[in-house]
Amino acid sequence: MTEILQLYVFVLAGFVGYQVITRVPPLLHTPLMSATNAISGISLVGSLVVAGSNHGLAASILGAIAVGCAMTNVVGGFLITDRMLRMFKRAEPKGK
Amino acid sequence: MDRDLAIQLTYLASSVLFILGLRSLTKPDRARRGMQQAAVGMLLAIIGTLIQQDVVRYEWIIGGLIAGCLLGYPLGMWVPMTAMPQRIAFSHMFGALAASLVGIAEFTTSLAAGEVIETTRISALGIEVLFGSLTVTGSFIAFGKLAEFLPGKPITYKGQNIVNGALFAATLSLLIFVITHPDARLAFFLLVGLSASVGLFLVLPIGGADMPVVISLLNSYAGLAASATGFAIGNTVLIIAGALDGASGFLLSIIMSRAMNRSFRNILFGAFGSQVTAGAKTAAGLAVQEVSVADAALRLAYARLAVVVPGYGMAVAQAQHQVKEVAELIERNGGEVRFAIHPVAGRMPGHMNVLLAEANIPYDELVEMSEINPQFPDTDVALIVGANDVVNPAAVNDPSSPIYGMPIIDAYKAKSVIVLKRSMNPGFAGIENELFYMPNTTMLFGDAKASLSSLAAEMKTL
Repeated sequence: MTEILQLYVFVLAGFVGYQVITRVPPLLHTPLMSATNAISGISLVGSLVVAGSNHGLAASILGAIAVGCAMTNVVGGFLITDRMLRMFKRAEPKGK
Repeated sequence: MDRDLAIQLTYLASSVLFILGLRSLTKPDRARRGMQQAAVGMLLAIIGTLIQQDVVRYEWIIGGLIAGCLLGYPLGMWVPMTAMPQRIAFSHMFGALAASLVGIAEFTTSLAAGEVIETTRISALGIEVLFGSLTVTGSFIAFGKLAEFLPGKPITYKGQNIVNGALFAATLSLLIFVITHPDARLAFFLLVGLSASVGLFLVLPIGGADMPVVISLLNSYAGLAASATGFAIGNTVLIIAGALDGASGFLLSIIMSRAMNRSFRNILFGAFGSQVTAGAKTAAGLAVQEVSVADAALRLAYARLAVVVPGYGMAVAQAQHQVKEVAELIERNGGEVRFAIHPVAGRMPGHMNVLLAEANIPYDELVEMSEINPQFPDTDVALIVGANDVVNPAAVNDPSSPIYGMPIIDAYKAKSVIVLKRSMNPGFAGIENELFYMPNTTMLFGDAKASLSSLAAEMKTL
């Protein structure tokens, strides 16, 4: 039963994502990519559990590398998205 | 039980914040705020995970987190905007690597504990490492092509599609075998390896100009791998965030391939280079007209409406700041300037917008293709800066051309056209551009950055 519920969540989240992202203007497509990149760092949630539970050295090392990779995406992704979005400015009203 | 509830609530909050963050990207004014909220959502998810009962040791976690911060900071703050496509490809690789490693670790620990892995779980794990390792190698190749340490031209060989087809079939059958034999260790690792080689063979034959589609597709795969991780470890926020990424990447790749009038299949299985011979018109007997800097500057200075069409060449020459300078000079002389942005100009979705925004050009002057095209008959000068295929009229009037049917920016309808170009080498895949030979077109040869600088200097003296 839980699997079916998970499938529901997946499909509905996919729809929400599709609907929201259709309305993102091409102007912001690059920030959109870096934003989803940062959000894909959510793998961190899985990696943290692997790195933090006592399942032997091999699992811990794999987990630690995964945490490092995911955290890189989180930190780098959110920083660069912010850096880009800061650059998008509206024209200042010109006093012609 | 209370702890579990608290964890689930933080996950719910972060899922909502992620969706709100993506929604804020529909409005440039609100986007920054929204993404900061999404970052808070990420922080919540991390905290929620750290208080889980399974998490008992922190030394590996802290090591990983510190390494991630140390690597992430320069990737976020120091990478120049012109290097954006390769940077994105690079981080797809990281995200997918994290997902694959989690999948492998989950599989091996379950086996070591002597558990029989349920069918649903092994399916999720199998799909996770399939998409994960495919994205790792695929993104690495894309990164190499974009960063130009691998050749950007399509790498093709005879029988390629047969090899790829066989590879796909083998990978899929192996996935089914792994699902039906959840204790087969060797088969699982073989699946990891085989999927990695699929990524390799899939992206190698794809040329630089098709990269916007590839990057978007890999974005989608990285999301799907994260989602599969969520299924495998029963974590809802992973499923949701992965589905959001998957949908976003999928949608972007559809938009991109539509803007090139090509199907997915055509991009993935028909390297562009192979069909050129059929269509390309030769330029024999045609001559281009060159223009002097002084003439071009004069025309720009007296233009009432000038439209700049930027392309990948502008990114290569890093000429966005010089473009801005020329645009300002036109405006100072009383003219109007617009920037016409083709959806696939550059090497990734939205590439040109970011570069022009970096040069401080307000985003209301960046106009989409469908909006700018009706204005070209009233345009005095169309200034083409390093764009080629996206302004090629052959897409409209030459059914034999390989790019026929692709929507283009109608720069050829402008009263006069100035093309900044390094040399007469045709664009990628050697398609001749009729625009260069039209009577209202003049060429200004040289590096875009240098040409624009001298144009600006000349305009100042007028």
